[in-house]
Amino acid sequence: MEILVCVKRVPDTAENEFELNSEGNDLDRDDLVYSVNEWDNYAVEEAIQIVDNLGGSITVVTVGDDEAEEVLRREMAMGANNGVLLSDDAFDGSDGRGIAAILKAEVEKGKYDLILTGAQADEGAGQVGGMLAAMLDYPYASLVNKIEPADGKIKVGREIEGGNQEMNEIELPCVLSIQTGINEPRYVGIRGIRKVASVEIPVKGAGDLGVDAGSVGEAGAKIKRVDYFVPDLGDGAEMLEGSTDEIIEKLIEKLKAKGGL
Amino acid sequence: MTQIFAYVPFKNGVAGDVAFEFPGAAKKIDAGASVTAVVSGSGADLEKVANELTKVYAEVIKIDNTALAYPNAEIVRKALTNIIPADAIVLVPHDTFGMDLAPGLSIKLDSAYVADVVDFEGMDGTTLKLIRQELGGAVSTHVTCNAAAGAVITIRPGAFAPVDGGASGAVVDKSGDAGDLSAKRTFLEVVEAEVGDVDITKSDVLVSIGRGIEDEDNIEVAQELADAMGAVVSCSRPIVDAKWLEKSRQVGTSGQTVKPKVYMAMGISGSFQHMGGIKGNPFIVAVNKNPKAPIFQVADVGIVEDILDFMPELQEAIEEL
Ligand SMILES: Cc1cc2nc3c(=O)[nH]c(=O)nc-3n(C[C@H](O)[C@H](O)[C@H](O)COP(=O)(O)OP(=O)(O)OC[C@H]3O[C@@H](n4cnc5c(N)ncnc54)[C@H](O)[C@@H]3O)c2cc1C
Repeated sequence: MEILVCVKRVPDTAENEFELNSEGNDLDRDDLVYSVNEWDNYAVEEAIQIVDNLGGSITVVTVGDDEAEEVLRREMAMGANNGVLLSDDAFDGSDGRGIAAILKAEVEKGKYDLILTGAQADEGAGQVGGMLAAMLDYPYASLVNKIEPADGKIKVGREIEGGNQEMNEIELPCVLSIQTGINEPRYVGIRGIRKVASVEIPVKGAGDLGVDAGSVGEAGAKIKRVDYFVPDLGDGAEMLEGSTDEIIEKLIEKLKAKGGL
Repeated sequence: MTQIFAYVPFKNGVAGDVAFEFPGAAKKIDAGASVTAVVSGSGADLEKVANELTKVYAEVIKIDNTALAYPNAEIVRKALTNIIPADAIVLVPHDTFGMDLAPGLSIKLDSAYVADVVDFEGMDGTTLKLIRQELGGAVSTHVTCNAAAGAVITIRPGAFAPVDGGASGAVVDKSGDAGDLSAKRTFLEVVEAEVGDVDITKSDVLVSIGRGIEDEDNIEVAQELADAMGAVVSCSRPIVDAKWLEKSRQVGTSGQTVKPKVYMAMGISGSFQHMGGIKGNPFIVAVNKNPKAPIFQVADVGIVEDILDFMPELQEAIEEL
């Protein structure tokens, strides 16, 4: 099985406190800690397990700048065979559709049976996989938490409400977005990272991909982010302050009143 | 005039809650828009839902076909692309079905796509202004979308107040216009969730732990606090993904719906998928070491502390009562 996994470098929500820059139009990105989008690690792990069983190879791809290369290397240290960086100034400001169009061009350069994405990334839209599938006219399933390959088809479980699972049969090639919980992504150690540190990662721009620069990037975007804002602290909750003992005393009074004790 | 179509999913002959939230969302897009509900399915259930919707929509389009009996997103998408004008605004719920349907639908309609919208700031010419969140709710953003050539927008469930009545619409049968409904994806079955050893939906008090618990061994600390409170331990999704607790303990849209009197959110950031599982307006206490955690916008009481220090101290104080 030839598998392409689309991955993204994102600000780590566990490691950062998000502040706005002085113009108020973007996050203050100077000290942000970035990592691989959590959902993508599950997608790469699933690809590794499929290839371990059936043979084939895994390529990880990302649309991003030079720094995005580090997430490709991390996923290669995990077990992906190849990495491709799609990078061009013309890609800046792409909306989800633009990113999907860039990825589509790369998909068409290869011969993939299966294309995986994470269920969603930092923007929380969960859009690129479904758009890519529709552009390619491939079938698609989102929020996949089970994959059983069969001949020319695969059986996939999708997560639906209430912890239930919807089983489908899908023709190959197809695009699937992978939900957390499907597997336990393997640990990547320093040795693994070192092993792939010098592997050549091809970089492709709009010209290499045959992507019309006007159809992607800011020019091609149908939606635009105008600014970021952080809602005021304490908009909702009454914040309990003081020493821990004082806080606990106040909390216990409230819990008693509300039936919590 | 802005044309808005709202796709309404339903289960067992009952429209999803979001059906009653779409009209409010549509009004914020354009108070003068024409709003049409679209339902697809097969047989008596579909009929029932279509009729129910005429109380809140001026027009309800019904697409009846046995191929639509189960909402297979690929098939629904085909039907919708043949029935909805490409330059319309299409509303879809941002739930597991909407996430499956909407991105591809926007490509087939060649429309803009905006996912998981929590509010609208109206139209300025053909530019629609929307609000959404990123990074698990840690930051909000204003987004503009050129809606001239149509837009597909997924609406966060619960973000808009529901309406109750207000219309006396008519059902229009467009089953004949659905076109080719063949698909490369076939629905097989729904596998129901397993029942766990503890039923978190029955407890009045939940001590719920999130990724802030940091390590499997620390779950004991939460269990001891729960014991002192006569409560049960529930959790957010990452705890289940790590296999530290079983799925039946997970609160959220893809887990259990709970209705306790008191909900103690310990080291939980407050993503909407988690909060979506908490109903009945309980008293929510959030303890989080990050003063900017989104949960502090929805909790009743917020405490900025490390849960690993705070939980044992709270437990001790409760035991001394
Ligand atoms: C389709 C879909 C369905 C989903 N369904 C669900 C669902 O049903 N239920 C669910 O929960 N999630 C669900 N999710 C996942 C959801 O989006 C979030 O990723 C998840 O809820 C985050 O869990 P968390 O708050 O525990 O972790 P995080 O978001 O990582 O937050 C951890 C919090 O703990 C705080 N913290 C860390 N250490 C400490 C400490 N020592 N003391 C105090 N605070 C600390 C941090 O500041 C942070 O705020 C779903 C996602 C998708 C895409």
